[in-house]
Amino acid sequence: MTLRVYAILYLVFLYAPIVLLPIFAFNDATVIAFPLSGFTTEWFRAIPETPALIRSVQTSLVVAVSSALLATLLGLCTARAGARYAFPGKRPVTGFIMLPLVLPEIIVAVALLVVLLALGLPLGPWTVVLGHTLLCTPFAVAILGSSFNNFDPALEEASYDLGESRWATFRLVTLPLVMPGIVSSLLISFTISLDEFIIAFFLTGTEPTLPVYLWGQLRFPQKIPVVMALGTILVALSVLLLSVAELFRRRGLARTGAKDTGGFV
Amino acid sequence: MSIISLSGVQKHFGDYHALRGIDLEIAGGEFFSLLGPSGCGKTTLLRVIAGFEDVSEGTVLLSGRDMEGVPANRRPTNMVFQSYAIFPHLSVAENVGFGLRRAAMSRGEKAAAVEEALGMVGLAGYGARKANALSGGQRQRVALARALILKPKVLLLDEPLSALDKKLREQMQAELRRLQRSVGITFILVTHDQEEALIMSDRIAVMFEGRIAQLADPQTLYRRPVSRQVAQFIGMMSFLPGRIAGAEVTVAGLGRASVEDDQCPAGRADGDVSVGIRPELLSLLAPGEDTDRQLAHGAVTERTYYGDMTYYDVALDGTDAEVTISMKNLPGRAVLERGDAARVAWDARSLVIFP
Ligand SMILES: Nc1ncnc2c1ncn2[C@@H]1O[C@H](COP(=O)(O)OP(=O)(O)OP(=O)(O)O)[C@@H](O)[C@H]1O
Ligand SMILES: [Mg+2]
Repeated sequence: MTLRVYAILYLVFLYAPIVLLPIFAFNDATVIAFPLSGFTTEWFRAIPETPALIRSVQTSLVVAVSSALLATLLGLCTARAGARYAFPGKRPVTGFIMLPLVLPEIIVAVALLVVLLALGLPLGPWTVVLGHTLLCTPFAVAILGSSFNNFDPALEEASYDLGESRWATFRLVTLPLVMPGIVSSLLISFTISLDEFIIAFFLTGTEPTLPVYLWGQLRFPQKIPVVMALGTILVALSVLLLSVAELFRRRGLARTGAKDTGGFV
Repeated sequence: MSIISLSGVQKHFGDYHALRGIDLEIAGGEFFSLLGPSGCGKTTLLRVIAGFEDVSEGTVLLSGRDMEGVPANRRPTNMVFQSYAIFPHLSVAENVGFGLRRAAMSRGEKAAAVEEALGMVGLAGYGARKANALSGGQRQRVALARALILKPKVLLLDEPLSALDKKLREQMQAELRRLQRSVGITFILVTHDQEEALIMSDRIAVMFEGRIAQLADPQTLYRRPVSRQVAQFIGMMSFLPGRIAGAEVTVAGLGRASVEDDQCPAGRADGDVSVGIRPELLSLLAPGEDTDRQLAHGAVTERTYYGDMTYYDVALDGTDAEVTISMKNLPGRAVLERGDAARVAWDARSLVIFP
């Protein structure tokens, strides 16, 4: 009983601020305070009239799509190698790839910044992609690793035995069976990259990503409701993407006939 | 000419020596079984023939052609996997027709070939089903049809029946045998079930620890095993200490008998030996029953009832060793109790001599 009360309180504290987001996004006042004064969609309509905001959204989308693709590709190779082959140093190497999962982001961000500056590389969207790929790869490896572990290696051998080449086997058997994992990895990586702030803040150049831009706007109180409106859209988008990702993960499990052994959502 | 010819095949997995010198000739159209306990290297040997594993030493010839460097997708062999490896995202027909993708056939010809293969395994009309929606026995048939549609020279089967329940397994044993006769393809079956091997095979290779201990037809294997290890793996056998001198053997608890050369499959030499005998080749006599077979005396120490049969452990007079005797439960035949005196009838020709 106490555990249940604790769990409910925990969830309330965790999600209450998110519920406040749409409430104030539709509130007819520039001051973020109760009581609410009235309903408006003005803040949402203000979004397209801010060019810098649109640019930051574009930057964020490019960064998120690139990071998701790169992380998923790396995750695919890592997960397949991990599931199929035994090689010396497998454990330490895997641990090393998963490290960003537990490392404080601020450390990753500062370390990358130092290295990039030392190399004399200019900061820009691509350096953010670099950082985000690093951050998303462990998630991709975890998701795709579960896809490959639920995958009977005899399936690939059977295709090979029936006369297909290694590449055709990958295309005809492996890819369709891990496709739900790939989609789910793409979506989760995309979501992580889209709302990541610390690494983006350190590595972004003159073209800020959306979260960095939003943070800059918080200094101007009259802009806060617009930020709230955008935040609402982002939350809705994230929830949608994560749900779709989970759907694909479950569909993949059903397809390979495996037991559900967790997942991220 | 033999269709498969292995000589001096060795396989190392790192430090582990999985195959330790395999020589094997298998004829075309033969139903051949690899039988042995878990971990003896049966699957490894099958995978060497299929091309999934390279040999560390030795040669593999298929139809006289050296298979060194020939990958699995270009060998005239097909495999039925232990897990069946049915592609879960394809229909039954797509599974069965998978190997025809690159064949020079029209769509219609392919569909006809798939239907024919399905008919062969008793699944005609199942083509449109999802592979996921099949029972264990049906999956096994799909795996068979998928491998047979390519008309391989050799079909390799890795414990294809071990996942089925007993009834279905017995039915599939008969069907596999019938199928093999009708297609005339060489089957190599891996199993650790001695009964299955005896029922189905033309010849059986018994393997222990990466070596072939004996290669023979089922009858020879059962009646004249070359070692105690083989004898115990195939059916049940009791062993009594004995001593051989010339043509005569003296067996503790039984007595004297003359043995012929075929009763010494591992060779004959004067000295101490171990004498083996199968439970069904000994009989317990009812009180007062006469026999013209040789007679020994002892006492029942254990009795196990199997319904159609009763197995007795009997301690023979004059030795510590016990023998097991199986008796059919015929009408009117009394079942002996523990501690009852036992009169045991036996024949010299039933003995097998091991060094
Ligand atoms: N890829 C591998 N790497 C290392 N060792 C292996 C490999 N494949 C097989 N072995 C080892 O070789 C030995 C023989 O294996 P194999 O699978 O051939 O046995 P088996 O006779 O088929 O047994 P089972 O009846 O359990 O299937 C086993 O001890 C196994 O651990
Ligand atoms: Mg095996």
